[in-house]
Amino acid sequence: METSQRQLTPELFEPVGEDFKDYERIAGPSIGFWRDSWQRFKKNKASLIGLVVIIALIVTAYVAPLLVPYSPYAQDMTRGYLGTSAEHLMGTDKFGRDMFVRVWEGMRVSLYIALLAAFFDLVIGVPFGAVSGLLGGKVDGVMQRIIEVLNGIPNLVIAILVMLVLNPGIVTISVAIGIAGWTSMARIIRGRVMQLRDQEFTLAARSLGAGRRRILTKHLLPNSLGLIIITLMLTIPSAIFYEAVLSFIGLGIQVPKASLGSLINDGYQELRFHSYLLWFPAAVFSLLMLSFNLLADGLRDALDPRMRK
Amino acid sequence: MLRYVARRLVIMFVTLFVIITVTFFISKALPGTPFADDKLTPQSREVLFAKYGLDQPLIVQYAKYMLQVAQGNLGDSFYFESRPVTQIILEQAPVSAFIGIQAVIMGLIPGLIFGVAAALRHNSVIDYTATAIAVAGISVPSFVLAPIMQYWIGFKWGLLPIAFFDSWAHSIMPSVALAVFVVAIVARYVRSEMLEVLGQDYVTLAKAKGLTYVAVVGRHVLRNSLIPLVTVLLPLVVGIVTGSIVIEQIFAIPGIGTLFVQSIQVNDYATILGTTIFYSTFFILAFLVQDILYAIIDPRIRVA
Repeated sequence: METSQRQLTPELFEPVGEDFKDYERIAGPSIGFWRDSWQRFKKNKASLIGLVVIIALIVTAYVAPLLVPYSPYAQDMTRGYLGTSAEHLMGTDKFGRDMFVRVWEGMRVSLYIALLAAFFDLVIGVPFGAVSGLLGGKVDGVMQRIIEVLNGIPNLVIAILVMLVLNPGIVTISVAIGIAGWTSMARIIRGRVMQLRDQEFTLAARSLGAGRRRILTKHLLPNSLGLIIITLMLTIPSAIFYEAVLSFIGLGIQVPKASLGSLINDGYQELRFHSYLLWFPAAVFSLLMLSFNLLADGLRDALDPRMRK
Repeated sequence: MLRYVARRLVIMFVTLFVIITVTFFISKALPGTPFADDKLTPQSREVLFAKYGLDQPLIVQYAKYMLQVAQGNLGDSFYFESRPVTQIILEQAPVSAFIGIQAVIMGLIPGLIFGVAAALRHNSVIDYTATAIAVAGISVPSFVLAPIMQYWIGFKWGLLPIAFFDSWAHSIMPSVALAVFVVAIVARYVRSEMLEVLGQDYVTLAKAKGLTYVAVVGRHVLRNSLIPLVTVLLPLVVGIVTGSIVIEQIFAIPGIGTLFVQSIQVNDYATILGTTIFYSTFFILAFLVQDILYAIIDPRIRVA
């Protein structure tokens, strides 16, 4: 094999490019925490579906009852147990009430509970945990004992105690959630705040003269926002479930009002001959729980830095 | 460690004391009496009141009740043939315990298998299937699952008895209905825990020094990811107990859950108080066991 002599010309020794600054250029636009999280969330198809289904369920719960000419309470004994038809999409119950309207009425109760649980988490849980974690010492000790005592009481027992004073119904469940539904949020936020308050950026803020309130609202809480959302997404399905259990055993929403839990119980009583009365509310409830759980999973993966690959 | 346990025990008793006190006074503050029956003559009402000590001042009643409770006596039921509440609870608790424990065993084993398989075959079909099962298990509540089983397995196919509690066959469907939740929780937890351990440096080291796959997984990964399983103990207990209240209703099982719901429906205050105390003690004990186990595993907890 013949080795060809390579011609070495001066051009070969010229610099390739002179603009070294180009190497320092950042290739893409800078991506903030939320943009980054959204991009990772979008990749998770299951949670995206969960989000879409939740929005669809919310819209349906408020719009669908307007499209059919029935009231959720109007009884018509001559039209009982009608079964599924174009007229009554989910049939009618024992008293001739349209199940389609009742299921969506029940869905609105579940959504209300979800909103309420989130509200208590944000209004009581977050401040309670943040103050407890920031102040520390004796205040923290007392606040932690309060949480420990509240946590020691089973949720069902709290509901029963409230029910002994008030009558069973939506108010009772709301009060029960308000009493003890926020403790896990408080615990998690306390841990986070304790961890953040010793970090350098807090020290920097303090040495620049920021007060406790400013440090909390401008530095500690914004840095806990991801965690707050993750915790909220865990609280919501369990609150919805809690209401459904109470209503199912007859301690929650009372007739003639309907919640998915009480509708499932009603349907269960008729299981043998009119099983559609169970299947529809059960399917809608499972769908709601499933979407919330899928959404929660996706949000956790997207917002929790530890889940990053 | 001892100091930690002692402190937790004190908190436990304070919590119980608060619960009993609150429950007691709330049940006393209710309008009407347990014997508001028009057919009762004033004389017989007086006899009944004297029998249950309701004629004494509230503080005396409270002190008496607390003394009784300290001795393990929860008073007499106003409804269930005036039997001692402690006796009723002791009679019905084993039934609930049997179904609950059987559910945990039924759920733990598939849960572990699903979780381990999903983590070892991360992002494969097995992983997605196991995750789907876990999410579905958490989303479909036991009170939906139980009627479905009753309808198909019990009613349509006639394979298992639909309700009541006469033989072991009767306990299968209730336990399975409760176990699905256990499978979901355990599988989910084991999967994420194992994935974290698999990414640790010591696992890479174990692989690098030439250990077999079985040795790496069995000796290093499994052991380190299963120990923290105690953290799911409490959610499991809470889930099983809450679930069993509903499941016992559905399958007509004479357990504590049925007793609890019944006593509320008939306003039997002694039994409501008794079951409340029973449940609270049980929950608080579960809390305590979990925290102590956790403190043994993770010494950092004890300081906090």
